[in-house]
Amino acid sequence: MKLDATEEQQMIQAMAREFAETAIRPVAAEIDREGRFPHETVKRMGELGLMGVAIPEPWGGSGADTVAYVLALEEIAKACGSHAAIMSVNNSLYCDPVYKFGTDAQRERFLRPAAAGHALGGFALSEPQAGSDARNQQTLAVRDGGHYVLNGRKQFVTNGREAAFVLVFCATDRAKAHRGITALVVEKGTTGFLVPKTEDKLGIRASDTAELVFEDCRVPTANRLGEEGMGFKIALATLDGGRVGIAAQAVGLAAGAFERSVAYARERKSFGVAIGQHQMVQWMLADMATAIDGARLLTLRAAGLKDKGRPYTTAAAMAKLFAAETAMKVTTDAVQVHGGYGFIKDYEVERYFRDAKITQIYEGTSQIQKLVIARAVLGGTE
Amino acid sequence: MANAFWCIVEDDRRGAPKKVMAEVIGEAARVSSGQAEAVWLTDTATEAGLTQLAEWGATKVWLLENAALAPYRGEIWVGAAAELAAKERPKAIFAPVTSRAREFVARLAARLGVGLAADCVAFAMEGDRLVATRPVYAGKLLAKVTWAKTPWVATLRPNVFRPAEARPGRTATVERPTAATAAAQMRFVERREEVSTGLPELTEAEIVLSGGRGMKGPEHYVILEDMARVIGAAVGASRAAVDAGWRPHRFQIGQTGRTISPKLYMGFGVSGAIQHLAGMRTSKVIVAVNKDAEAPIFKIADYGIVADLFEVVPELTKEFKKLLEK
Amino acid sequence: MKILVAVKQVPDTATQVKISADPRAIDTTGITWIVSPYDEFAVEEALRIKEKRGQGEVVAVSLGPERVKEALRSCLAMGCDRAIHLNDPAWNDADTLVTSKALAAVVKQEAPQLLLCGRQAIDDDMGAVAAQLAELLGWPCASWIMEEAIDGDGKTVRTARQVEGGLEVFDLPLPAVLTAQKGLNEPRYPTLRGIMGAKKKEIRDVKAADLGWAPEPPQLSVVTLEALPPRPPGRILQGDVPTAVKELVRSLREEAKAI
Repeated sequence: MKLDATEEQQMIQAMAREFAETAIRPVAAEIDREGRFPHETVKRMGELGLMGVAIPEPWGGSGADTVAYVLALEEIAKACGSHAAIMSVNNSLYCDPVYKFGTDAQRERFLRPAAAGHALGGFALSEPQAGSDARNQQTLAVRDGGHYVLNGRKQFVTNGREAAFVLVFCATDRAKAHRGITALVVEKGTTGFLVPKTEDKLGIRASDTAELVFEDCRVPTANRLGEEGMGFKIALATLDGGRVGIAAQAVGLAAGAFERSVAYARERKSFGVAIGQHQMVQWMLADMATAIDGARLLTLRAAGLKDKGRPYTTAAAMAKLFAAETAMKVTTDAVQVHGGYGFIKDYEVERYFRDAKITQIYEGTSQIQKLVIARAVLGGTE
Repeated sequence: MANAFWCIVEDDRRGAPKKVMAEVIGEAARVSSGQAEAVWLTDTATEAGLTQLAEWGATKVWLLENAALAPYRGEIWVGAAAELAAKERPKAIFAPVTSRAREFVARLAARLGVGLAADCVAFAMEGDRLVATRPVYAGKLLAKVTWAKTPWVATLRPNVFRPAEARPGRTATVERPTAATAAAQMRFVERREEVSTGLPELTEAEIVLSGGRGMKGPEHYVILEDMARVIGAAVGASRAAVDAGWRPHRFQIGQTGRTISPKLYMGFGVSGAIQHLAGMRTSKVIVAVNKDAEAPIFKIADYGIVADLFEVVPELTKEFKKLLEK
Repeated sequence: MKILVAVKQVPDTATQVKISADPRAIDTTGITWIVSPYDEFAVEEALRIKEKRGQGEVVAVSLGPERVKEALRSCLAMGCDRAIHLNDPAWNDADTLVTSKALAAVVKQEAPQLLLCGRQAIDDDMGAVAAQLAELLGWPCASWIMEEAIDGDGKTVRTARQVEGGLEVFDLPLPAVLTAQKGLNEPRYPTLRGIMGAKKKEIRDVKAADLGWAPEPPQLSVVTLEALPPRPPGRILQGDVPTAVKELVRSLREEAKAI
């Protein structure tokens, strides 16, 4: 078993770390406070190739792999959870399925700009009545000549307002239940595609989470990804990859909070010694370090399996579950290590704590991951 | 003379040697037991300048006075100095760390095929060899180095060595060798003066005030400049402040800025990152003012005040004024 | 236009350096190595010249052990076209002069129009190699440049070099040596594509024999490395601001005699 990153993977990680440290970290507190989408840094991430890491070069991507992607994403998340959310959705939930399921003409039109970082992509699956229960799609697309006429409402769409392209899942044949779900790329500016609301959130506040409404929105059939009825399969396959990304984001958030806790424990004195000299703090830091390493290894394993083309649904679910739980636990403890200072905004850990919560929820809650894992354990299909 | 320690003269471009030459001549004379000689490449030397060099202890002044020597161009200086060195065979060639000397002596060493030790902070004779001490690795370590053969070429960090006292009445022979000057390769276009702050040059100042991230913005540096005028100090900045665009880069103290070694360094709102320490660690007395009691700069400070610099600076300026008016 | 950039791999500033069992060298275990920051300015400037002129070749060159390939690889990732690695134990004890001579031999082989270096490497801080290269090559040299502009036909370069109190502007005929000062530019990050493409670019190993190199002893050598003498412990001045300030001024005057 080999755990060493290749020279390229190390260089990508180092570049992402330096960029995150010098360009993202200085703005992280401010954009969080203001709930402001970081256009400038996201544009630079695109120029650096961070928005289409594992997409082949001919389609605007960087031609690296999933391992490089999770290494880079962890570094971005270490500096700012919002940037990581924006990056992970564009890479995993938009570019990945369009590359995998799109025709060359679709890749040219819908993938290249997003992978090259010129435009953002989004992924619209959740609905007011269909979160974890994604089979229950209420958004309806009715065929009308060369178009689908789309009607419905999508919720919690990351990059929803900013995205030039949104991969929208909708029912084309209600009778077939989840086999009647279809994936359409809907372009920003299409008549009847409305963004009425951006959510005010607990964490990842600088990422854009929007509600989308479709009112007789006419989408060309040429924008359909795969065949009619393939949507659910595309969504599930995409979420497997997305979960690896969220795991990396969670590891980064945990690692960022941990690094600050270590620095604080070395500096801050109580009872005449640095608090890091107290055993109770040492125990917390040791637990944090161990959990983070475990989460990171699970994440890298899932990424490695994906790169090798081997089944990784269960590995992705385990990575996402463990990393998200770790992020929540570690950031909670990080606030504790900081004491009263952890609770105020002068120190960054409270932001990590708020940002971590979403990793237990989106792209499949921790409970859903357990369901996926349990199914595999009890002899499911992979 | 084969035992001479040459001191390359840094001048003010108006015919007078700079004060740092007292340090170079002083150290050269100390190490060589009084065999310091000045070598002055210039377009204009003044009598007063020549006297000054003698009073600092130069026993001889080699004056290469030629219009082609200003402004400094390596290809011209090296030819002239190398020719003289080949004839006179000095034992060592010292120069202060200045913009032109650091390039010039490196080229000269290459021409003469000898070693160069740059930015030295101490010298000692060990038997018949000279050992120089110089900071390396961002000032985290000191390297002692020595030469395979003479002349021993070195540059000296300003403000580190004890300056020679000017003793009126000391005289020096002035030699005016005719050195061939090579054809110039570089064509001088213009000199752009910096907007003068009216304060001393950072690398030459005996007292340096430095403002870091705690200054909060470019508009606040005026309070340091006010204090600087009272005590005759230069004002510098940390990398954080320069990178934030508060001060031009020429004021940056640290690894990617200027290395300073003043008698007194006072940091205000400077945290003391390794990269900053690399540029001021050899300061003789270090004062730190920072709100954050855990700021690393307190670890190397001789005196520290844990307080808001915006309260301390005006108070300190007031006290300095009182003291100096006495 | 062909541009050669000489770079040095150095320990990251933040890395702790310890003296090894051999007191003349540092212990290299656990050190993070980077391209010396000033050399990155030089690489960036070379790439900008090439981009501005729309053609040309940028070649990174470095002397040092096998690990130096990583530094060269990051220059390639930034956009250099190829790299040359002077990689031979014959140069293990190289001082600035030996390094300059070896690099000069490569420069003669490659015959670039411009040689760019950083103003100094941040490990030894000697700042000599570029000037010595200029001397050995007989090329003009402008040190600590803050700006440069090459004329249209590529015959001369106008540079502004930082000196005490201002900038001196010179025209240099090419070929010439320039050393980069901070402020010249803001180095780019390597893009992911640049990183992925770096492996396909050539890093040519050059041995001493390839340059017809006769072994040459260094002219300057390290006798020993020493830790810094500890500074005497400092004193935090107590009391309210006026009290602490009064005590500071008194101490500076009476104890430290610094004012």
